[in-house]
Amino acid sequence: MPAGLNRALLTVAGAVIAIILAIAISSVAITAAGASPIDAFAAFFDFGASERAQSNGIAAFINRAVPLFIAGLAVAVGFRMNLFNIGVEGQYRLAAICAAYVGSTFTAPAPIQIAVIIVVAAAVGGLYALIPAVMKVTRGVNEVIATIMLNYIAINLTSYLVRGPFAGERAAGQLTTTTPELPESAMFPNLNFVFELFGLLPPTRGGGVWGFLLVAIVLGIVIWVVLERTRFGFNVKASGLNGPAALASGIDSKKMIIAAMVMSGSIAGLIGLPEILGDKGAFNSNFTAGLGFLGIAVALLGRNKPVGIAVAALLFAFLDRAQGALQIANVPPSVITIIQGVIVLLVVVANEVTNRLALRLEEQRAAQELGRKQPVEVAA
Amino acid sequence: MSADTLATAKFPAVELEGITKRFPGVVANHDIRITVQAGTVHAIVGENGAGKSTLMKILYGMQKPDEGSIRVDGKDVSFRTPSDAIEVGIGMVHQHFMLADNLTVLENIVLGAEPKKDVRLDTAGARKRINALAASHGLRVDPDKLVEDLGVGDRQRVEILKVLYRGARILILDEPTAVLVPQEVEELFQNLRELKAEGLTVIFISHKLDEVLDIADAITVIRRGTTVASLPRSEVTSARQLAELMVGSELPTPETRESTVTDRVAFKVEDLTMEADGYRPAPKGTPVRTYVEKLRAEGKRLLLDDVSFEIHEGEILGIAGVEGNGQSELIEAIMGIRPAHGTIRLGEHDISAWSTLKRRESGIGYIPEDRHRQGLLLEASLWENRVLGHQTRKPARSGIWVDRSASKRDTARIVKDYDVRTPSVDTLALALSGGNQQKLIVGREMSGAPKFLIAAHPTRGVDVGAQAAIWDHLRNARAAGLAVLLISADLDELIGLSDTIQVIYRGRLVAALDPSDITPERLGGYMTGAIAGTEET
Repeated sequence: MPAGLNRALLTVAGAVIAIILAIAISSVAITAAGASPIDAFAAFFDFGASERAQSNGIAAFINRAVPLFIAGLAVAVGFRMNLFNIGVEGQYRLAAICAAYVGSTFTAPAPIQIAVIIVVAAAVGGLYALIPAVMKVTRGVNEVIATIMLNYIAINLTSYLVRGPFAGERAAGQLTTTTPELPESAMFPNLNFVFELFGLLPPTRGGGVWGFLLVAIVLGIVIWVVLERTRFGFNVKASGLNGPAALASGIDSKKMIIAAMVMSGSIAGLIGLPEILGDKGAFNSNFTAGLGFLGIAVALLGRNKPVGIAVAALLFAFLDRAQGALQIANVPPSVITIIQGVIVLLVVVANEVTNRLALRLEEQRAAQELGRKQPVEVAA
Repeated sequence: MSADTLATAKFPAVELEGITKRFPGVVANHDIRITVQAGTVHAIVGENGAGKSTLMKILYGMQKPDEGSIRVDGKDVSFRTPSDAIEVGIGMVHQHFMLADNLTVLENIVLGAEPKKDVRLDTAGARKRINALAASHGLRVDPDKLVEDLGVGDRQRVEILKVLYRGARILILDEPTAVLVPQEVEELFQNLRELKAEGLTVIFISHKLDEVLDIADAITVIRRGTTVASLPRSEVTSARQLAELMVGSELPTPETRESTVTDRVAFKVEDLTMEADGYRPAPKGTPVRTYVEKLRAEGKRLLLDDVSFEIHEGEILGIAGVEGNGQSELIEAIMGIRPAHGTIRLGEHDISAWSTLKRRESGIGYIPEDRHRQGLLLEASLWENRVLGHQTRKPARSGIWVDRSASKRDTARIVKDYDVRTPSVDTLALALSGGNQQKLIVGREMSGAPKFLIAAHPTRGVDVGAQAAIWDHLRNARAAGLAVLLISADLDELIGLSDTIQVIYRGRLVAALDPSDITPERLGGYMTGAIAGTEET
């Protein structure tokens, strides 16, 4: 379909321009911070001197992208319906600790053990997202405010749980509190063999390349299918594009709000699992935070589409990985945050511009093919 | 008149020439020509949707015309924002007041144009000016009262003062009487006459003809986005003459009156009632009628007041009424979008408790009054718009999936049968003209063999060709046994298509009329409540 291709090309062009501009603006910031932009950008591509270090760098990059991708998907499901689930942060943390705890209480064959953990995580995330959804449909509470407030509750609740009811044994000399260790059967096999296929040394740090990557890919495909091909996805799209029209067409907006919120929360519940099942084997007080908020940026960047979100997650992970390399290059690593922020802002602007341009082009094309005059012509 | 006003009177206060404004898909204004003389009240009349509001937005700088020129006091002007319009002395009083309730009258008037003494608000200076303005124009208000304590008439005076305070010499009043009771209308007209005597120019937008005849010095009629007549008041002999200009006499005369009405009731509404302040279920065991009487006794405002009617297979029931008298609420109640008391029956079924989806599935079609708001996903393709409202039925549905190929095929059928001009079924809906969008909607709503169709303003904002086509489709469907509820502001459309006409006024059906012996003028009398309702048929 040439119209769709046109739109896709425009989008890509917009994103490329935005990224180039972001690099230019960040260079100013880096210079202002007293470092050399060239060193900084070189550091992004510096995966280390030894082969082992390079493998580890690549693994860290992919491992970072996986939870970001899932977080982006979680946020996007809400965004598609104009629901702003800012609560992904709280949902995934609460889900992660509950799943880690439940998983540690029993031992079963690996597939069952892992499946139970995944189901628990999705259920906790979904239930926690149900709260703002119910508040919205019964009392009209704005979901942005409700989810922000619930984030605080979730974050503090997890801190309490990890110290109190869900705390496991603390090894001597360890400073972090943690949930009980998961049994061996809960650990997701890693994908280090891929490195060997390519003749590279397998990564050693952080549990190698997390096998949860496969689950994330399947999840992405499933979500694409649900959103693009099913009636449910059509209802989500219609509600997001035009609420009153959806209502008049018999789409129950309350049911849709609840369904979309719970779906978003369930996906959010999985964000913490790659780290727990791939590396840590428990939820501890060092657990990676902030993925839910980053997910908002990733979803925006990826235009709420699974493929776009994957690209955005890879981009963010690529930037995040350079933390250490930047420090070695004597550049403050906070430039990463600056670059990410600038990219998001510029891409949002670029999206808006390309979107309008694409719509205008579509109108003109339709007008031309019908042999009419162009819809808007400016008089002399 | 002072020498000053005489000097400016050499030129017309406002001249619009060849104003054309297109929106994607629709031409809202086309070659508008209006000359407003200084120191007069100039009325612009037209049906709802004729393009009055767009024109005023252009004149007030809220929208840019695609073509044409605007001259104010003989000078060419071009507005980018309302501030540009204010600059040359044009002020607008909006239909919906734009006042801050929790501020005083004085604060509201100066808001955005605050007089400053150093950095402080010069309250004393502002009060002096407001009082002077109020006294010279006979606009009594207490500057220190809170706006929330004011009545509607007072609020309107505040709006007018606000505009005058900014130095406006040309006032645009958009449907100013829509919210007023008759006594307040008389008071407003007194104020307008005083403004006129001061040499100010008033542009008065309305569709209430008797009021226009009362106040205007000159009248311009707009129909279908263009000016069809401009007359001085003295040349207008009757409201009827204006009404004819407004609705147009070249419209098709009532068609073959061959009745296709059967004796089988397809759709029936009984005692439909809706409160203005939110639905509360009637106590168990209380009949609706008793409950409604109780509501009335309590002095509750009712948006729908005991509405009952039935439509037979093959019958078109037209609902006439001035907009805002309960038409939208009636539609929403029938579609199940807004809860209401009373019973709704489709064929044998009592559908009062059904969801919107179930109502649609069981054979109710709906051509919405505002297609962009309720009828289309503008940023989705035509075939996706075909699925909308049919997402649970064949051909759009296939289990949990949307059947894309069947939907596309069926969209192609609609495109062909209903003459929707489009490059393909993958084109986005927003790329189509208004008429083609509407034909798509009509085609969609006629799909799946509906038993009952709500057609709300089915030809609003579409060109003449599409209008005729849509009428044909409605007539054919009626001949095939469809029951249609037609709601329209176009009186010729109502008279021409309907088998029966009911008039809705303040939420009540006040008259049942036979379209074969009714004139637009008499219908207008019923619609405005000027003629008390009598059952004629």
